[in-house]
Amino acid sequence: MSVATAAPANGSQDSARRGLNTWDSPWLNFKFLLGLSMIAIILLMAGAGPLGLYDTTRARVASAPLNLPPVWTNIDNPFFGEPDPEYPLGTDSDGRDLTAVLLVGAPRSLHIGLIAAGAGMLIGVVLGFSAGFIGGWWDAFVRTISDSIITIPALAVLIVISAFVKNLDVVILALLLAAFAWPGPTRLLRAQVLSMRERGYVQMARLSGANTFSILFREMLPNMLPYLAASLTGNVSGAILAATGLEALGLGPTRIPTMGMTIYHAMYVSALFRGMWWWWGMPIVALVIVFTGLFLMTVGLDEIANPRLRGIREQ
Amino acid sequence: MSELTLGYFLRRLGMWLLTIWIGATLIFTIPRLAPGDPITAMVERMIQQAGYIENSADLIEAWRARFGLDGPWHVQYRNYLLSMVRVDLGYSLANFPARVTDIIGRSLPWTLGMVSIATILSFGAGNLIGALMAWRRVPAFIRNILPVSLTFTSIPFFMFGILLISFLAFKWKIFPAFGNYGRGVEPGWNLDFILSVLHHGLLPVLSIVVTSMGFWALGMRGMMVTTDGEDYMILANAKGLRSRRIFWFYGIRNSMLPQVTALALNLGAVAGGSLLVELIFGYPGLGYFLYQAIISADYTVIQGIVFMLIVGVATAVLILDLLYPMIDPRITYSKGQA
Repeated sequence: MSVATAAPANGSQDSARRGLNTWDSPWLNFKFLLGLSMIAIILLMAGAGPLGLYDTTRARVASAPLNLPPVWTNIDNPFFGEPDPEYPLGTDSDGRDLTAVLLVGAPRSLHIGLIAAGAGMLIGVVLGFSAGFIGGWWDAFVRTISDSIITIPALAVLIVISAFVKNLDVVILALLLAAFAWPGPTRLLRAQVLSMRERGYVQMARLSGANTFSILFREMLPNMLPYLAASLTGNVSGAILAATGLEALGLGPTRIPTMGMTIYHAMYVSALFRGMWWWWGMPIVALVIVFTGLFLMTVGLDEIANPRLRGIREQ
Repeated sequence: MSELTLGYFLRRLGMWLLTIWIGATLIFTIPRLAPGDPITAMVERMIQQAGYIENSADLIEAWRARFGLDGPWHVQYRNYLLSMVRVDLGYSLANFPARVTDIIGRSLPWTLGMVSIATILSFGAGNLIGALMAWRRVPAFIRNILPVSLTFTSIPFFMFGILLISFLAFKWKIFPAFGNYGRGVEPGWNLDFILSVLHHGLLPVLSIVVTSMGFWALGMRGMMVTTDGEDYMILANAKGLRSRRIFWFYGIRNSMLPQVTALALNLGAVAGGSLLVELIFGYPGLGYFLYQAIISADYTVIQGIVFMLIVGVATAVLILDLLYPMIDPRITYSKGQA
């Protein structure tokens, strides 16, 4: 293989072949859009109850017949009821309609993740920017603290918290999760600020007399948007992971149905042994959609931020 | 040079202590911020069970003193830190004579073994898959098949574990659904025991490996694509080195370094996730006993296990940090790069 073919081939010939038109925007990344639409579907599910499309009050205990399998199944077991089109995804042993549980619970999980990751991101932006720009002892301090917090297993500490504080509020849980979601964005932003600080356009802005604040937020921040977004979706996923873990241990908020809590109920009464796969299966399917959607968004955003990742070209 | 190495070692040791101190302080502070008091709650529960307990107020006071919950908070904090330094985690509240350190001592080896094997396997497999995905000399059809192995990435470990149990353990009965080794197997260095441990450990390990290797693969792919554009890769090619040699000693060797850093940063999340895997599989490690402690409101055990987990992860990160200069020879020479 010669040197010429081994060198990365991108740039001129690629753009010439594909042509630069309006559809060539890096934001039209397939993975990103696929992930985004998966998340959008989950978010839209929240509208089903308030819009009267589905009776979501049946997510409560004893609001539906017990042990109905999903409507498309044909299970020959006298213990279960007959599938009923009224309850498409079946019901559990406590009389919850799993369709309603899903419609209420799945958007709720995203909700927790968004609050936690958003708050964590806000802290990360402030700390990362200030550490990268001020430098010195403050930088060393922020870096040391974030490096040590990042190695503490968040789930374990949250377990201690929820073991002591019964009936966690959703917002409080989200903020507790945020307490562990900031070191990631902080590290990322600090590194980005350090590398951008010496770039031409930042020097230019400084020479033009722009103040620090406007350099940070007008010049640097827009350039970091894809990185920030990738970090945010990654953090949403991490927060939901921790929240679901807590719920699956029976330690999450108990007033509203959540996906992790449904798994907890199912495990608690050994739905696994009793063959009630839809009870633990439905929340898993919903969470897989959430996690895969966020994952695809993160990967897509990474590719938007870093063109090199968009794939290796055949030569 | 040896001076600088000592400085690096001391800095890392300082990070280790800081992490453990922050963790210990969190565990100390949280219960005290919460309304209610574990000893009172426990005595109330005993009253419910036994009907009536004479001098319950005295009992509460005596136990507070026993568990170091009396006195002003700074005295409590000092005593608490001292006992942590002595690795004296106190007694279990639910099973009183049992020491927390004994419970942890029994369960820690299982967690340590399971999680470290799973992490090493997933890190190795993930990085190899990722490197191959970015390596243009790999046939295109293999490169297109490789992402299939990442299907379950980003799903929580324990959820994949539930799927594995329901299919491989209940439906097809290939693997046991519960425990760490079979009944009637004598623990010890004999083949039966080792096989039984492997048989029981495979599903928990698999549920961690399959769900986490995609993370490493993607990171490695990104690093490999970047490395592939470097000048030394072109030079290696021009020198006529064999493709396999370039792949391992030029590509992977250089792309590995940020991945090891990422491993250190993610160990905490892996350890947290494995707690639930142990619970799902009834694997008697820290996670399993943590769950038992949560059910019985055994606060000292909860705190002890979480503290041990923080120490364990911090120590693993410390070891990685100390190994790092060996993988990256540049790091010891200059303080700035560390």
